[in-house]
Amino acid sequence: MRRRDALKVGLVLLATSTLASIYKPAYSKTLVGGSGAWKAQPPPPLSVVDSSRLVYLTQDEAKLVGTVFDVLIPPDELGMGATEAGCVTFLDHQLAGPFGSAAKDYKMGPVVEGTPQQGPQSIATPAEIYRKGLAELNTVTRKKFDKAFPDLTEDQKVAFLEGMEAGTIQFETVKAKDFFTLLLQNVREGYLADPMYGGNRDMVGWKLVGFPGAVYDYRDWIVSKRGQKIDVQPVSLLRTT
Amino acid sequence: MHYKRPKADVVIVGLGWAGSTMAEELTRAGLNVVAIERGAWRDTSTSFPTTRNPDELSGSIRKDILQAPVTETYTVRNRPGETALPLRKYHNLTLGNNVGGAGTHWAGASWRWQSFDHQPYSRVMERYGAKQLVDGLILQDWGVTYNDLEPFYDRFEKIAGTSGTAGVINGVKHPGGNPFEDSRTSPYPTPALERTRANILFSEATTRMGYSPFPVPSAMIGGPYTNALGINLAPCTYCGYCQLYGCGNWSKSSPNICILPVLMQRPNFTVVTESEVVRINTTPDKKMATGITFVDSDGNIGEQPADIVITATFTLDNTRLLLLSGISTPYDVNTGQGVVGRAFTFQTLSWAFMFFENEYLNPFMNTGALATQIDDFNGDNFDHTGLGFIGGAGIQSLCNQGLPIGMSGLVPEGSPRWGKGWKKAFQKSYQNYAQIQGQGTNFAHREQFMDLDPTYKDRFGQPLLRITYDYNENDRRSGRFIRDKCVEIAKEMGAREVKGVSLADDPYSGYTPWDSSHVQGGVVMGEDPRTSVQNRYQQNWDVPNLFVIGASSFPNNAGYNPTVAVGATTLWTAKAIKELYLKNPGPLVRL
Ligand SMILES: Cc1cc2nc3c(=O)[nH]c(=O)nc-3n(C[C@H](O)[C@H](O)[C@H](O)COP(=O)(O)OP(=O)(O)OC[C@H]3O[C@@H](n4cnc5c(N)ncnc54)[C@H](O)[C@@H]3O)c2cc1C
Ligand code: SF4
Repeated sequence: MRRRDALKVGLVLLATSTLASIYKPAYSKTLVGGSGAWKAQPPPPLSVVDSSRLVYLTQDEAKLVGTVFDVLIPPDELGMGATEAGCVTFLDHQLAGPFGSAAKDYKMGPVVEGTPQQGPQSIATPAEIYRKGLAELNTVTRKKFDKAFPDLTEDQKVAFLEGMEAGTIQFETVKAKDFFTLLLQNVREGYLADPMYGGNRDMVGWKLVGFPGAVYDYRDWIVSKRGQKIDVQPVSLLRTT
Repeated sequence: MHYKRPKADVVIVGLGWAGSTMAEELTRAGLNVVAIERGAWRDTSTSFPTTRNPDELSGSIRKDILQAPVTETYTVRNRPGETALPLRKYHNLTLGNNVGGAGTHWAGASWRWQSFDHQPYSRVMERYGAKQLVDGLILQDWGVTYNDLEPFYDRFEKIAGTSGTAGVINGVKHPGGNPFEDSRTSPYPTPALERTRANILFSEATTRMGYSPFPVPSAMIGGPYTNALGINLAPCTYCGYCQLYGCGNWSKSSPNICILPVLMQRPNFTVVTESEVVRINTTPDKKMATGITFVDSDGNIGEQPADIVITATFTLDNTRLLLLSGISTPYDVNTGQGVVGRAFTFQTLSWAFMFFENEYLNPFMNTGALATQIDDFNGDNFDHTGLGFIGGAGIQSLCNQGLPIGMSGLVPEGSPRWGKGWKKAFQKSYQNYAQIQGQGTNFAHREQFMDLDPTYKDRFGQPLLRITYDYNENDRRSGRFIRDKCVEIAKEMGAREVKGVSLADDPYSGYTPWDSSHVQGGVVMGEDPRTSVQNRYQQNWDVPNLFVIGASSFPNNAGYNPTVAVGATTLWTAKAIKELYLKNPGPLVRL
């Protein structure tokens, strides 16, 4: 990135610069036909995330977000709840990676709010939103109920989250409504993504809806099972069943 | 540092469908071609192996394959006078950023456009007169007709291995195909895919209603096929990890499987990857292009001189490159003069969302373009007298999604979005959700255009492209008309719950769920330099050795997806370069 900063200058200078002859850039590739050198970088091998330790969240944050997640996807006769399914581990690893730092977003200024249709303009990252949002969650419930969020009754928890979702409960450091949207998005992802990301334990989310998982060929079923129930044990990319 | 590469006969910017198709034609003709592509090299066996491709999170959720806003984004506003703001997060335009372009992760609906779509102005004048046009609408012919393009449509389908059932061959109608299609000289290279339960319910309903359903032609190869370049393509497996994914099976036509394996054998072809072109260079009088300037992954600035410059960076970047390079006159919304950025179009989408009661729709068995369609309300296939709009839509039962994260929000209105109630609702709706898409025409308007943003810059300090767009009255009227048709069909299919929407009823946003990625125009081809940037051969009116190819050349959008029309116009231009331009370099159309 350091070199990129120099580019503005470079572009202006271009017209007058002396051009060096051929220079071989480091990872831009010059692939010449017939040379056989055109191969992509093999992707790194797949591995399951390490659930034994936290990589972004603190212990307290992990516990708190687990409490919220279990209200969003509770344990019941249809399957385990979000925390047991590994959704907190999932989230922790996501926040430590490019998703957490919003690495793909455009973050240059000026940062101003526009019309709703112009879309989100905030450059806060998910990692920052969780850090601030989780801290404030307990502060707000303490003010309202004199209790931390995990100590509320189930009904109170539900009502509180409904308030965040509807925008009737507001936070000071983050938009409570946006934080709620992120929580709901991430808990669903954790429950339904491939188990190698740390959630969807025993493919509980896939079993809930009858999704076969990492299957790449349905030619046998596209006609023979058309409109019919398919009983199948899902598979993960790691081939665990 | 700055460096200069050896001069090439031709430099092609961007190696998606348009760039690869052009490179194959010109290298086969013996020219020395260098392509400069911003993204990295991608090939099927290394980049999309079936052992890791089926992963929804990195695919359609985190969208790892797309051009990230941090790399380049666009600013958007609904009308002149507003301040445009950047699309900061992944948005609906889902552009490609690798060798293969968006053609690697596209959905694959593979349409020939109708003769109406290439000559909308003459057709509308002939049938209805100017009174049919809403105020401010821009409507113009392309300068090239369906009949001119038919041999090139045919060739492109044989490169892509398109699957489908022909409706009209050499003027003779064939049952099961699209009776409204313009006559073709050969059937589709591979047979249509199998239908899903939802497709069949749609076929039955539309047949009862007196319409003519047919399988949507697609990039999903319908059987083993050796394409026009001698490459073996394999039948699609309905894996359902399709749109926003590369295909691991050699089954989705893409530049990566249909062209590059041949192109990369030719010593007169070179591609420089991970290098972004920032300018087209010209002689000081701007009468000839001399090559292009790019920034490589090290931040070094390179120059590629060439006798012919072809840009194939898709609608938005094709327009932006001309504006950044000061080539041709930018459009001025206040005066209506100027051409670059003018005649910008999008797509008008309408939907019927359905929930059935006790189905097993098994949505996971799908492809990007597994659809059954009626064209009874597309283009000018029906009488518009008294309707107050032109155009229409292809109305289709589209089975392109079954992945669970993407479907987790698809529960009937009023159902809980979380908690136990959501689990129950999701379990049921996953197997009972279906959709009808009306993929509509979209016509240009005086107040829809692209120019350079006055405020926001890219990572190199160059201005971002600014899009000024909202639907016009023509689109709003056609959108509602089509929405109502979608709803009628959905009810006839027996859905328990049906919800219809016309996206054009709300202001345009780059984040509207269910919206399209198709943008056209800005560098349009035409018959008159006052209303087009390029002539009928996609050759710049002012700079005769510059050709800008792709959907940027289209002054209107059809009720279809654009890519096969991009392929056909690219092949048409390649032939003109080879057979006309090389013999006599200079303007191919003299006024
Ligand atoms: C999700 C999705 C689904 C789609 N589904 C369909 C469909 O079903 N049917 C259909 O017909 N069409 C579909 N399309 C559209 C289709 O993908 C495009 O029409 C087609 O890929 C256009 O090809 P192209 O070569 O013109 O441009 P692209 O494929 O966009 O290729 C342009 C290339 O240029 C490169 N580039 C851009 N700027 C620069 C620069 N400054 N320097 C160097 N390189 C640059 C890009 O990295 C890219 O590789 C879909 C598109 C998307 C995104
Ligand atoms: S659905 Fe077919 S074409 Fe699409 S990715 Fe799967 S195998 Fe390839």
